[in-house]
Amino acid sequence: MFEDIGNLMHGFAVVVQPHNLLLMVVGIVLGVIVGVLPGLGGANGVAILLPLTFSMSPTSAIIMLSCIYWGALFGGAITSILFNIPGEPWSVATTFDGYPMAQQGKAGEALTAAFTSSFVGALFAVIMITLVAPLVASFALRFGPAEIFSVYFLAFCSFVGLSKEPPFKTIAAMMIGFALGAVGLDQMTGQLRLTFGSETLIGGFDFLIAVIGLFGIGEILLTMEEGLSFRGKSAKIDLKVVLKTWKELPKYWMLSLRSCLIGCWMGISPAGATPASFMSYGIAKRISKRGKNFGKGEIEGVVAPETAAHAAGTAALLPMLALGVPGSPTAAVLLGGLLIWGLQPGPLLFVEQTDFVWGLIASMYMGNIVGLIVVLTCVPLFAAILRIPFSVIAPIILVLCAIGAYTVHNNTFDVVMMLVFGVVGYFMKKANYPLAPLVLAIVLGDKAEVSLRQALLGSQGNLGVFFSNGLVGSVMTLGLIALFWPIIQNGWARIRGSSPEARAAE
Amino acid sequence: MSVTKSLFTIGTAALASGLIMLSAAPAKAWEPSHPIEIIVPAGTGGGADQMARTMQGIITKHNLTKQPVVVVNKSGGAGGEGFLDVKNSKGNDHKLIITLSNLFTTPLATGIPFSWKDMTPVAMMALDEFILWVNADKPYKTTKDFVAAIKAAPDNTFKMGGTGSKQEDQIITVALQKATGKKMIYIPQSGGGAVAVQLVGGHVDSTVNNPIEAVAHWRAGKLRPLCVFDSKKLDYNEKIQGDLTWNSIPTCKSEGLDVEYLMLRGYFMPPGVSKEAVAYYVEMFKKVRETPEWKKLMSDGAFNTTFMVGDEYAKWVAENEKIHESLMKEAGFLASKSN
Amino acid sequence: MSDTAHETGGAGPSHRGVEAGVAVVVGAFGIITVLGSLKVGIGWADDGPMAGFFPFYIGLAIIIASVVNLYNVLAAPNDGSVFATWEQIYKVLTVVVPTAVYVTIIPFVGIYVASALLIGLFMLWLGKYKPQAAIPVAIGVPIFFFITFERWFLVPLPKGPLEQMLGLAVG
Repeated sequence: MFEDIGNLMHGFAVVVQPHNLLLMVVGIVLGVIVGVLPGLGGANGVAILLPLTFSMSPTSAIIMLSCIYWGALFGGAITSILFNIPGEPWSVATTFDGYPMAQQGKAGEALTAAFTSSFVGALFAVIMITLVAPLVASFALRFGPAEIFSVYFLAFCSFVGLSKEPPFKTIAAMMIGFALGAVGLDQMTGQLRLTFGSETLIGGFDFLIAVIGLFGIGEILLTMEEGLSFRGKSAKIDLKVVLKTWKELPKYWMLSLRSCLIGCWMGISPAGATPASFMSYGIAKRISKRGKNFGKGEIEGVVAPETAAHAAGTAALLPMLALGVPGSPTAAVLLGGLLIWGLQPGPLLFVEQTDFVWGLIASMYMGNIVGLIVVLTCVPLFAAILRIPFSVIAPIILVLCAIGAYTVHNNTFDVVMMLVFGVVGYFMKKANYPLAPLVLAIVLGDKAEVSLRQALLGSQGNLGVFFSNGLVGSVMTLGLIALFWPIIQNGWARIRGSSPEARAAE
Repeated sequence: MSVTKSLFTIGTAALASGLIMLSAAPAKAWEPSHPIEIIVPAGTGGGADQMARTMQGIITKHNLTKQPVVVVNKSGGAGGEGFLDVKNSKGNDHKLIITLSNLFTTPLATGIPFSWKDMTPVAMMALDEFILWVNADKPYKTTKDFVAAIKAAPDNTFKMGGTGSKQEDQIITVALQKATGKKMIYIPQSGGGAVAVQLVGGHVDSTVNNPIEAVAHWRAGKLRPLCVFDSKKLDYNEKIQGDLTWNSIPTCKSEGLDVEYLMLRGYFMPPGVSKEAVAYYVEMFKKVRETPEWKKLMSDGAFNTTFMVGDEYAKWVAENEKIHESLMKEAGFLASKSN
Repeated sequence: MSDTAHETGGAGPSHRGVEAGVAVVVGAFGIITVLGSLKVGIGWADDGPMAGFFPFYIGLAIIIASVVNLYNVLAAPNDGSVFATWEQIYKVLTVVVPTAVYVTIIPFVGIYVASALLIGLFMLWLGKYKPQAAIPVAIGVPIFFFITFERWFLVPLPKGPLEQMLGLAVG
């Protein structure tokens, strides 16, 4: 343990060398750009800069590349909040309250809350990595198909039953999401399904195309209908908004802590940041006193998913280094980088390459601090984008959406699909169908189906596999509790003698 | 107005540089005139992706071509998306595709219409080996122990993890079933790394991971290699775990399991490309093979470093296609005509 | 959103009619899903559920949910509210139609030329900007994207005859 702290201090000494600090700033700025432009994504950014890093020492190289990763994580929140366009699956939940805040002229507050929460989540996860790295790796190994399915199950359960829309519309929306997610190749049988012989459908519907269309384009159409303006443009924006928001944030320490824990747990399990952000949002909405205002621009609704997503994104680097399994495409490219430098990810990396590992961990601390400073100073700049007149910014957003949709599969058909999703999103929103369950089902549906079928295959159809050990059993039970939470709440209220109506009236 | 003016200047400058690029095209040998695109018909982080990106790095670092190299993943439909793209880019001298076994298995299993004959073969860079792995905590020290345990248990007792469905890993599994006479439960995962971790975690009983996917866990003493699905032992003698080297792993055939399988890691181009362009890329790949980074990748992953070009390569591919067709037909993996 | 329509009080298609239409379209989507699932098999094979097993029940759920939704729409009394006024629909179409043209021409003229046209048209027509303001933006933004994507990040986007002519296209 003490040896580890010594190693970490040595790591800091390496990281704070001026040229490494400079690489950090460069990496963060590039990462933010990459995160803001939909379709570039962290994976591309890292892949493209990888060759540039061959002339550096492995430690410098990984510092720069991991900073691109942090920058992209920070940057993802920007388009979610300003334009309702999440660039990454784990930013989807951020749009639910972030975008309404921006519409109310509180873009600065939303961005500050998002960036600060990201930082808190990442920092918490790094501290955890520093303290319990070896334990974490062995915990990750306990996740087989049944355990992974239980995590998805929990994510769905903590999210359904949340919307105010009529239940059958919610069911229809979610099932549409599942159906869209099922199009393409079935991983379990290697068979194409629901493609109807079309060559353009073999890749299936990527969540990004659906989300860019439903949220991004759909929102432009709604704005258009209501007259040509972004409603947030009158907001006063300067750096004071950062300090003002910071004063408010400590109130939510409990929420942050809970989101950090959810995030770290999801990051270590192979499920990753996306279920973490949805789960954290869902649980926050259930527990918060202001839960009813979620979705209308509640700052807690930004803090919860951002904290969890970043804690998960950071914690996920640990299984990657210790087991060699990347948690995201970006991590996969980073992993490729390690191999080129002759570093072999795996259980022995921590023993054989202490310099590198502790340098990386030190750069996680420093990179997040540098990143927070960089993005916070830019808050007024980002928020000022909303002042650009709608008839100028709208076509540029449309172009960005098209680029984003194209780069997912390098396919122009996807751009057409994006517009179709946009029109569908407009109609669904106006007809009072909730879009969030649809997106959740596209993002996690096929993964959940695959792990369910893997688990059943392994147990030869025996459902008992989902309660076969303490870990999977307790996660499934948590999921069931979350699913029946409203009923449990009612029952509890009755036992205590007050009717739910009376409680609601309080 | 000054903005407009400067934009015009940029426009003319771009036009001028375009003209220079056109006129600078040399008459003597073919050279790429704009960025070279490498398609990976698989997701990021897999074996093919790693190889393509490593090559991108090597080519950039050693300045082996004047134009930048871009790696693009088109993994939809078990890679069918990438192959269709190349098939439809007739005459594009700046597009390459790296293949894995899905060159053969995807059209057969899914009915997506393409074949290697729709493309121009360039070069075989290497062949990837397959090894039978078990968890080191299990009592199976040799292939014979493991096969005996399988034979002693009823059908569907042993779980085999693998990448994808109806692809190379499952083909080997079917061959194993034939050799042992017992059915195994085949559990498909999304990537080779995940497969190895499922074995370390004890969620499956065995895997047929490529060496590079599992070597880290072997070095850490978590996994044990039983045999290699090749006709001869691997030719790498660096110590990996204790005194063991890749060379210490016996062939499966010598252990009584008569199964052989190697996977192509090679390049193709779209149909109708110029001979000069193909020759250019073959030369470039030869230079790649001479670099220390490439040699390191080969020994880390215990690759079979056979290099083939031209007719020899085309002949090898044709033979392998036949082998896959009969293997998949036997296993019942061919696509039904309904989808 | 329908409140806005109420307030402006203009004429337009009824909310009820459009909602019924959406329910029918959703139901049709469910039917397509069920048919697609039947094609690949919805039973259990010896290696677990077949490819269409889950999509089949998902499709059924969509059909049932939209029947309920349709019933709810038709059973409720017609409150006479409009989905959107004709004027609002016209405004929405002024975005949808140019964007539809935009996505259709991308494969032919490339994304950069198409984007320049879209931005220019939008600013001139909807924003009522003067050409000397609209044209620089319309040309500048695609050039900025070109440099960012093609040159810095080496991400190839669709290109057309203009880029071919300038020798900038990959293929």
